[in-house]
Amino acid sequence: MLNVKQILETMDYGPAPEASGHVTDWLALHGAGFGHFIDGAFTPSRSGKQFEVANPANDLVIARVAQGEAADVDAAVRAARGAFPTWSKLSGHARARHLYAIARLIQKRERFLSVLESMDNGKPIRESRDIDIPLVARHFYHHAGWAELMASEFKGYGPLGVCGQIIPWNFPLLMLAWKIAPALAAGNTIVLKPAEFTPLTALAFAEICREAGLPAGVVNIVCGDGETGAHIVNHTDVDKIAFTGSTEVGRIIRQATAGSGKKLSLELGGKSPFIVFEDADLDGAVEGVVDAIWFNQGQVCCAGSRVLIQEGVAPRFIAKLKHRMEGLRVGDPLDKSIDVGAIVAPVQLQRIRDLVKKGKDEGGTLLQSSGPLPAKGNFYAPSLFVDVEPASTVVQEEIFGPVAVAMTFRTPEEAVQLANHTRYGLAASVWSENINLALDTAARMKAGIVWVNSTNLFDAAAGFGGYKESGFGREGGREGMYEYITPDWLKKLPLLESEPSDHYVLPSDSSEPAGIDRTAKLFVGGKQVRPDSGYSYNVLNSRAKSVGTAGLGNRKDIRNAVEAAVKASSWGGATAHNRAQVLYYVAENLSARADEFALRLRALGHTPKAAAQEVDLSIGRIFYYAAQADKYDGRVHATRSRNVTLAMNEPFGVMGVLCPDEAPLLGFISLVMPAIAMGNRVVVVPSSRHPLSATDFYQVLETSDMPAGVVNIVTGEREELAKTLAEHDDVAAVWYYGTRAGCGRVEKFSAGNLKFTWTNQGGAFDWSNESQGQGEHYLRLSTQVKNIWIPYGE
Amino acid sequence: MSVTLVPSKGDNSLYPRNKGTPLHIEWFDAIQVNLSASERRAATLVTRRSVKKEYQAAWLVKALQCIDLTTLAGDDTDARVQRLCAKARRPLRDDIVKGLGLADEPPHVGAVCVYPLMVAPAVKALAGSGIPVASVATGFPAGQTPLPQRLAEIRYAVDQGAQEIDIVIHRSQVLTQDWVGLYDEVSAMRQACGEAHMKAILATGDLKTLRNVYKASMVAMMAGADFIKTSTGKEDVNATLPVSLTMARAIRDFGEYSGEKIGFKPAGGIRTAKDALSWLILMKEELGRPWLEPMLFRIGASAMLADIERQLEHFITGRYAALSHHALA
Repeated sequence: MLNVKQILETMDYGPAPEASGHVTDWLALHGAGFGHFIDGAFTPSRSGKQFEVANPANDLVIARVAQGEAADVDAAVRAARGAFPTWSKLSGHARARHLYAIARLIQKRERFLSVLESMDNGKPIRESRDIDIPLVARHFYHHAGWAELMASEFKGYGPLGVCGQIIPWNFPLLMLAWKIAPALAAGNTIVLKPAEFTPLTALAFAEICREAGLPAGVVNIVCGDGETGAHIVNHTDVDKIAFTGSTEVGRIIRQATAGSGKKLSLELGGKSPFIVFEDADLDGAVEGVVDAIWFNQGQVCCAGSRVLIQEGVAPRFIAKLKHRMEGLRVGDPLDKSIDVGAIVAPVQLQRIRDLVKKGKDEGGTLLQSSGPLPAKGNFYAPSLFVDVEPASTVVQEEIFGPVAVAMTFRTPEEAVQLANHTRYGLAASVWSENINLALDTAARMKAGIVWVNSTNLFDAAAGFGGYKESGFGREGGREGMYEYITPDWLKKLPLLESEPSDHYVLPSDSSEPAGIDRTAKLFVGGKQVRPDSGYSYNVLNSRAKSVGTAGLGNRKDIRNAVEAAVKASSWGGATAHNRAQVLYYVAENLSARADEFALRLRALGHTPKAAAQEVDLSIGRIFYYAAQADKYDGRVHATRSRNVTLAMNEPFGVMGVLCPDEAPLLGFISLVMPAIAMGNRVVVVPSSRHPLSATDFYQVLETSDMPAGVVNIVTGEREELAKTLAEHDDVAAVWYYGTRAGCGRVEKFSAGNLKFTWTNQGGAFDWSNESQGQGEHYLRLSTQVKNIWIPYGE
Repeated sequence: MSVTLVPSKGDNSLYPRNKGTPLHIEWFDAIQVNLSASERRAATLVTRRSVKKEYQAAWLVKALQCIDLTTLAGDDTDARVQRLCAKARRPLRDDIVKGLGLADEPPHVGAVCVYPLMVAPAVKALAGSGIPVASVATGFPAGQTPLPQRLAEIRYAVDQGAQEIDIVIHRSQVLTQDWVGLYDEVSAMRQACGEAHMKAILATGDLKTLRNVYKASMVAMMAGADFIKTSTGKEDVNATLPVSLTMARAIRDFGEYSGEKIGFKPAGGIRTAKDALSWLILMKEELGRPWLEPMLFRIGASAMLADIERQLEHFITGRYAALSHHALA
């Protein structure tokens, strides 16, 4: 130890260790090993197996934890199922009291949890103390509020049942809070699996649940690895899976849950852009990079890892960044003067090293801080790659370590192009003092969270979640609550029966008499086109007589339709009023041809009354979505002071819509109208059996100023076309209505680009029932919420 | 930025002088300072670093050595100034100095800062101590006095023996963005200072925006200020960390452009030992080790000294201290 006189010369910071005595005592108390938390009690694994948990800062084993297997997951799910009836029937107020008690206890244990988190995960105590744990408490407070307000704010909605939740190791307790708080608020019960590297704060949380008097079985925690997680994902008595982790595992979970009826939310990887315009506060932006990529050792899914700098300021910015990087202190996570702690585990450290090596091999120049690294433990120096191109591996792959890549751009246009040119879409950070440029860029980011002149701001009141292959669903805020509730009417529907789908392309031996022959074509890019196959198929009525033919579309027609829809992107940028006007015009023109549409329905077997009613309801429904076009708007979330957090409802872009057999016109209208009212362009596959109401409809579209490519109609073998749409990487979302098996297929095929899917889960809707066939529900399914954070002040 | 340590004790003549530069409006014209980002950095600067035990004691001694012990009151008298100077010479009790292991070189404050009329008694009281006397001048605190009178005031204080002059800038020149006017006036003041070091008080509480603070900092440095200083202590808002951060960054940028090292002095409202540590951390993080010496860093304060004394006594004895056990300033 230096004396005061010597320190006066060096003026170093010296060691500033956070005391860890209470935590080591607690760990010693559990020296025999931690059990799972099932049905209100800590229990060892049925198999007796345990795994070791190490402190990544020194590789020392600090705990042994039960290794969950199928039997343990089963017991946990049983406990959760058992607790569900009572918990879900508690008043919102009663649940609010429980959440409030948990929030208070977390605050009372703040320092304990912070120290434990840093020892388990390796993150600096500054972060666990000032960021993670306060956000955890905040999340429970916020959701105590949602519990209180459930009945009034989510009328007609109820909990899902048992939620299986699988969380990552980068923000162990915070991710637990993001999962558990909304689930509990809504009245669900839970089986949660913490990451195998970092289960300890989850177990401390289990003790808090017990202390808070949470009823047994409401929260169950099963520890283990990916295999344990798979047992949860595949468990037949689980109603919802919420997962945060890698895109790779998210894809597996999407496939595994396909067709199971489980609701799914995925919060996956990212390679988020950090855009620095020449008129930015450069020093401010440098600190932004520090908070973006050198925060939590860069093990942050929304890390601003691609630094895009406008050419004119790039040399200066990089120089400032290098200088700043040099000042970062890497070391003992429990030291209060440490900026960068330990990488969570040796395997992660190796992954970072491998990727960095690849980056160098590919020609990148690696800049690294030269400060000392501890001799022991898993540490990696803050790093910055320059001389990299969009084609470089390190620019495309999520490194999940303290390694940024820097590239330059010339114009705002190019910045947007570079920023969006990724399979991910989690977050973006935009730095400019020009409000026009900043907001324009924020609006154009294909990402779920955009921070203007800031980065990595979080709050329980704002939704968090991604676009594209960063997953779907939101956590936090009102939008996050919808991931844990479902409309009551959806819960008790009869199942659709599967229908044979034979398509006779040969001349029909029995036709209903008709007038002048009408040729139903496909409708692509605003034009009637013949199917690529050159075939048509017979459309039969209820008496199995042909009432006409429809084009037999194939995958190439879908390809063309998607291309047309991609090109029609200006629809999403049109004013909501403009879209409403087009919809009203559609309704007007449908009304003018109401009799003709009714006749078509009668030809299919509808009674005159039913036919007239379906046309009438369809017109009404178009009016409804025209009305909603400029009213289903976003919110301003109450997050920080001197800040607006804009929660904007943005269209997905190109959507695939697979229509029901029943209600040939109304079903088509009920699905297409909300999607386009919100600014999506759709590729619609009408019912194979009853496609002609849909093909008649393109004549209405043609006369209603509907821009080309907004609605594209491809008739044919619906299940085959559904597959092509679900697999198409340029389709952002698919809605599918059909049998349970069909729903499962679409969900499975959608895993490629992890597109958002909505299906009826095989349930039979009554399309004429207003609460089933129409409503905000469909608008919500047509949009994804983008949260734009804009701090302000001069 | 290279770190070269310059002599830290006593001899004022060794302090580097700012040669100044011509007025380069292009060095700051396009500057952007984002308030929220600055506040975030300022807030986390002090949560990212902590000094404990011996280190904390050393850092507090350093803070003490950087104090411009100040009295700027209408009721200042020769005797009052004499008392302050006695405290400046021997700010810590002997037992504390000994406990710190500094008996062979007892620490003293950076300077004593007074009004021009009080320079003479201060110089007398500090004779032989190596502690410079600083004088405020130029119509302190508002600066709303004709330029010849302001310059004459500087010359008077220098004549009386002041080695450092804390000038106030004419705020209207910043508020109307009259950079040429500001540059010319501060240059004239620098000339009037002669050998005395010049600290330019920007009165940032009057300038309001951080961009104004940055620009005024740059012009003052171009015009030859050896230090830039936040406040007179008389504005509504005095030294704050976001303002200080902005000035530190201006110093860094000016250093890059001109090669000059310019000092920084926060003043007003800095009362606790903890505050002192916050500003030292800001200096070390944003500017580096050289700015942890009195030649490049001063804190304008009076009450803060007493709190530092108490903290140091606690470090030595392990007991919490009473103010009355330390000599009054």
